[in-house]
Amino acid sequence: MSMYFAVNGHKTYCYTGGKPFDAAKPTAVFIHGVLNDHSVWILQSRYLAHHGWNVLAIDLPGHCKSEGEAPASVEAGAGFVAALLDAAGVQRAALIGHSWGSLIALEAAAQLKERVSHLVLVGTAYPMKVTQALLDASLNEPMKALKMINVFSRSTLAAPPSALGPGTWVYGASMALGRRVLASNAEVNVFHRGFKACDSYANGETAITQITCPVLFVLGAQDQMTQAKAAQRLMDKAGASGKTVRVARVQVGHHQMTEAPEETLFAMRDFLNTP
Amino acid sequence: MSGYSDPGFDTLALHAGAAPDPTTGARAVPIHLTTSFVFESSDHAASLFNLERAGHVYSRISNPTNAVLEQRVAALEGGIGAIATASGQAALHLSIATLMGAGSHIVASTALYGGSQNLLHYTMRRFGVETTFVKPGDMAGWRAAVRPNTKLFFGETVGNPGLDVLDMPSVSAIAHEAGVPLLVDSTLTSPWLVKPFDHGADLIYHSATKFLSGHGTVIGGIVVDGGSFDWEKSGKFAELTEAYEGFHNMVFSEESTVGAFLLRARREGLRDFGACMSPHTAWLILQGIETLPLRMARHMSNTEKVVAFLASHPLVARVGHPMLESHPSHALAKKLLPRGAGSVFSFDIRGNREQGKAFIEGLKLFSHLANVGDCRSLVIHPASTTHFRMSDEALAGAGITQGTIRLSIGLEDPDDLIDDLKRALKAAEKAGA
Repeated sequence: MSMYFAVNGHKTYCYTGGKPFDAAKPTAVFIHGVLNDHSVWILQSRYLAHHGWNVLAIDLPGHCKSEGEAPASVEAGAGFVAALLDAAGVQRAALIGHSWGSLIALEAAAQLKERVSHLVLVGTAYPMKVTQALLDASLNEPMKALKMINVFSRSTLAAPPSALGPGTWVYGASMALGRRVLASNAEVNVFHRGFKACDSYANGETAITQITCPVLFVLGAQDQMTQAKAAQRLMDKAGASGKTVRVARVQVGHHQMTEAPEETLFAMRDFLNTP
Repeated sequence: MSGYSDPGFDTLALHAGAAPDPTTGARAVPIHLTTSFVFESSDHAASLFNLERAGHVYSRISNPTNAVLEQRVAALEGGIGAIATASGQAALHLSIATLMGAGSHIVASTALYGGSQNLLHYTMRRFGVETTFVKPGDMAGWRAAVRPNTKLFFGETVGNPGLDVLDMPSVSAIAHEAGVPLLVDSTLTSPWLVKPFDHGADLIYHSATKFLSGHGTVIGGIVVDGGSFDWEKSGKFAELTEAYEGFHNMVFSEESTVGAFLLRARREGLRDFGACMSPHTAWLILQGIETLPLRMARHMSNTEKVVAFLASHPLVARVGHPMLESHPSHALAKKLLPRGAGSVFSFDIRGNREQGKAFIEGLKLFSHLANVGDCRSLVIHPASTTHFRMSDEALAGAGITQGTIRLSIGLEDPDDLIDDLKRALKAAEKAGA
């Protein structure tokens, strides 16, 4: 089940987790990372939708089912999230982001202040630097770069039952999704653009001090894309500025939602259910 | 990239989908012979049924041992996931039943296993699904056969038993122009010889009974999704892109951008048709897959020697293997199947039907039975057995004559296989005297 909102004049796709949007419920917005779409959140978003939450798992602009210009910066992505909440008539929401999406969620939470009830940063790092070799490959040899990031993201050859249920080969599913997302935008290489946005984001430490909500970090202990230690600066800043900080470490790589779907869900659920 | 994080084929054949059991430490994959799995709570039960959480409920739908097999074959094929089935025929039926209903149409190669030809030509027709058969190399024929209600292209990587190599890049391009996926039966080649997803196929299935198992012990099948076909863009598959009342009004293509086929195939197909695999069978097939690379290399080296022997024997009129320049698929096989076009092939004996019978009955090492891909060498007369329901015209389309004999070359010492064939050919010669 899904719905479209007109955001900044463009159709924006939101998966609602199998339940119709209900303005009376609290809302959780899920923001995906580079070369991903709403479907990476299926298990977590579908669960929350059936446990009291409004879910809006988006395709970022210029990705898959959403129209519009793909965000060229984290700030542009955050501006889109703010516009989405306005378009949906949502006054207050939890923001949940993965990888690039975690930076967008962080920046949006800093901009939106009290309009954000909870902030969940999955597979985050700051700064989220991308090597020049990977940036170049994402532009010039995207299939080679896609393989590189999926190899870096994987932590196991034996993932538990995942988004497609038992029998899912997570690595292959992520490769296929990456190819599909890249092909979904004929105008812009969303792979390179997303990586550039991650690489150039410079407001993370300021943003984390500006948020007004509690924050949960979900970090993969074996994550080679955004190593767990690379989130420490954000955690330190958040703690030093008096924020409520929670940390969940899952024993997987960068595919937290698919390699550890249950642990990721439980961390998220318990955090969101705390006012 | 290389190393543990980017394992090669041989490593995946041993490790994909499996880790030491966290409870017992068992290194080999445990056989989970259980019908059902205990729910942690009522909420857990409801969440599993509603696909909010992933896990096992009932072994007709999924099972931990089967899931290892499914991950492993998906890894070897380069797919996104797989579904193990009761047989190869069940995998073909599951694929068709997931994608279409009465009023739909399939375009299929003429060079098919007899059982597949039966299913399409007779049985599915009874359920309102029609098939047009096209010679695998006739690209104009594939294109001309497309109708507004066509939902699927289907062929075998190498046709059984004539070994016509399917030009997957060309056939898939025509399929995709028509907005339909290409399903490929890769039983005779296994992922060690060719990975059809690399050549444009969208779905693959195997009779896992054959090379994947490799030991002639179990019946099983598996269908793998490459995650490449865009069901929404096609616009022809309401089964996957519109709300399904039979399963929570789920729109499968929304739940998974790349895995809608697998979602519906498992949640409807296994649930309703029920052609699931026993966990014990899955375990035996896993044992086979662990040595697939080693076995396939030996199958191919033995086949090269046997083909060379037969091709030079005066009583042999024709050997139908693409490794020979005389085979119509020779050039295509070199391109798509550089490791070889398989160890199942046919040849024709000069002489009458009695001589053919004398040949088969003169063999000692080769077992006369209906199977292929065993570690033991096998022989059969297709026109009177596997393809017996087919008309002469359909037989000709599949490259079979009344004198055709099919061999499946096993793992024995190649000199012993050649000796066995030599003796049997001598017996055939005497029978014609």
